[in-house]
Amino acid sequence: MTTDPADRPGRVLGGSRAAAAIEKARSEGRAALIGYLPGGFPDVQTSIDAGIAMARNGMDLIEIGIPYSDPVMDGQVIQEATVEALANGFTVPRIFDVVEGITRETDAAVLVMTYWNPVMRMGVRAFAERLVAAGGAGLITPDLIPDEAAEWLEISEELGLDRVFLVAPSTSPQRMQNTVDASRGFVYAVSVMGVTGARTSVGAAARAVVDAAHGAGAERVCVGLGVSSSAQVREIGAYADGVIVGTALVAALRDGGVDAVAELARELSTGAAKTPAGGSA
Amino acid sequence: MTDMHQGTGLPGTDAGVADGADAGTAQGIDAGTAEAFLSHDESLRHAPGPYFGAYGGRWMPESLIAALDELQDTFDKAKADPEFTAQVTDLNRNYAGRPSLLTEAQRFAEHCGGVRVFLKREDLNHTGSHKINNVLGQALLAKRMGKTRVIAETGAGQHGVASATAAALLGLECVVYMGAEDTRRQALNVARMQLLGATVVPVTNGSQTLKDAINDALRDWVANVETTHYLLGTAAGAHPFPAMVRYFHEVIGEEAREQILEQTGRLPDAVCACVGGGSNAIGLFHGFLDDRGVALHGFEAGGDGVESGRHAATITLGRPGVLHGARSYLMQDEDGQTMESHSISAGLDYPGVGPEHAHLADIGRANYEPITDAEAMEAFQLLSRTEGIIPAIETAHALAGAMKVGRRLAADLGPEEQPSDRIIIVNLSGRGDKDVATAAGYFDLLPEDSAEQEIAEEGEQL
Repeated sequence: MTTDPADRPGRVLGGSRAAAAIEKARSEGRAALIGYLPGGFPDVQTSIDAGIAMARNGMDLIEIGIPYSDPVMDGQVIQEATVEALANGFTVPRIFDVVEGITRETDAAVLVMTYWNPVMRMGVRAFAERLVAAGGAGLITPDLIPDEAAEWLEISEELGLDRVFLVAPSTSPQRMQNTVDASRGFVYAVSVMGVTGARTSVGAAARAVVDAAHGAGAERVCVGLGVSSSAQVREIGAYADGVIVGTALVAALRDGGVDAVAELARELSTGAAKTPAGGSA
Repeated sequence: MTDMHQGTGLPGTDAGVADGADAGTAQGIDAGTAEAFLSHDESLRHAPGPYFGAYGGRWMPESLIAALDELQDTFDKAKADPEFTAQVTDLNRNYAGRPSLLTEAQRFAEHCGGVRVFLKREDLNHTGSHKINNVLGQALLAKRMGKTRVIAETGAGQHGVASATAAALLGLECVVYMGAEDTRRQALNVARMQLLGATVVPVTNGSQTLKDAINDALRDWVANVETTHYLLGTAAGAHPFPAMVRYFHEVIGEEAREQILEQTGRLPDAVCACVGGGSNAIGLFHGFLDDRGVALHGFEAGGDGVESGRHAATITLGRPGVLHGARSYLMQDEDGQTMESHSISAGLDYPGVGPEHAHLADIGRANYEPITDAEAMEAFQLLSRTEGIIPAIETAHALAGAMKVGRRLAADLGPEEQPSDRIIIVNLSGRGDKDVATAAGYFDLLPEDSAEQEIAEEGEQL
């Protein structure tokens, strides 16, 4: 099935697979590219195939979301995709099938993006152990702040999992310091005050957040929310260590299937796309 | 707790004190609750959050933490500012109509085992429910923070109407998120909010219910937090909302305690309230939290019956989880996905509950039971016909619960005692005008083919 996670390539930098992926991109003189798709959208096998397609077309890190009934940080496109995944029978344990399906075929670091209640329901330790067994690198937690994360901090440390917390334009200097200190792998900088969704511009706030996180000692800061074009990837990659694309990839999968995901991933990674693919919904 | 105070009296019998002056130090013990909480010198009142035992907290996106910090800071300063508390008191008295009455319900009491029943008349407040207490306070805080816009969620429309009212009074822009299905069923309440100058946004995401209206309000808040305060309608959500919403409703319990002492010379044996998110209940309970002889009863929506799976009995059947910013009991499936709740009362139709209630349930200080739609509607009709008061269907759950509590108290009397030695206070949290069409449909009072019948079939709550 899976190789022992400890034997996988990239377990360097204190064991952080996400850090290793970002540092590899840095060594090639570019920012890392991180692609998000919901697990089970439109079905489990397609989401595995789409994840593999992202990894084989220039994405350094793959972020797989758990479809959840109350996704307060997500905009319309991702909400609709996750509603469809749930309607098609996705259950939380299937996320490990998706992670394993991708890690078996590629060397990409795979993180799970999840609202906290599904993890709490399964039990933080049980969830974390299954994630390790599936070859997952760690978790991105949009509604878990370090203040509430004592159990996750302890277990992720013990199991060597990455824990990616978010920082925002509204984050105070003190909270920035605490969040940077608590994160492992990278820090997720929210580019704008808002929810996920493609935007034509992420504005000046993103750079300020990245600078603040770097100033607080973060070695790796990746920008997400609103990034949908190679031009934005290029612009943000100039000051951030990684760039996260979500909604545009979800729309591409919705409209054009795995091939469209592969094509968009290629475009984003070369930074040469003329127009944003996958629509601007 | 190691130094637990042991009960010395018969259950409920020495809860009372001779006069108000002694009431504050009354140590009457109710065997049903006393063992599970509180040592002598420990108060449950004014719990500041963010945690209530294992519950509460701030399970929220980082983007909103600064706004929660600002709100907490503003609230803390306001509470200590005599100008603010005077403003609240003035609005309560001269706008909302406080203090609300405490009315003895003698004919209804005959159906409660013959114990004495008193109704705390929040239905007489401006806008017809307890909701006004919270919205006035929060709208004042929004002004203090320099915010020009408030957003709110609503199910049946009560909190939306109250929010629109407070916004109109204080000159704030108001946007109310409401499930698309509810906006259709509650067309008149939508019109009412619009008349008050609010914008009503139909929510088509997710299950299109109250919880999805909260989700969309949170999405709005993230994007507009600079100018916008989220006027959450119940004692749930992330800190400081549960403690803050309770604070603005504490007036219910403070008044009730004073009024019952004045009218009967003693404290009640039990107080009863309905619990959806739990704001009216926590407001009433708070006045009696440290009166160990007073049993606290919360009644959740049992819908078609808890065994049917179609209910909103969150504490009775839920499991701890996080939703909308707080850890509390939650109706969720094996995957941690929020389940849909069901109740004839839109105001109780929420799959979560305030974290302080979860804590009070765990430590045994308050008791929570489900009331079915049928039981609630029976009590609805009974109060209307015995007292000339049409209650909100939410409130009818508390009344149905009081009937059970009263009968239990009456069945457990000592040899020398009468049922009338027992006293219950019920929070009459809202009036039933909005529910007339639902009730008329339920009791089959509408002529065939009438426009009202059509409305009732759709579940309109006016």
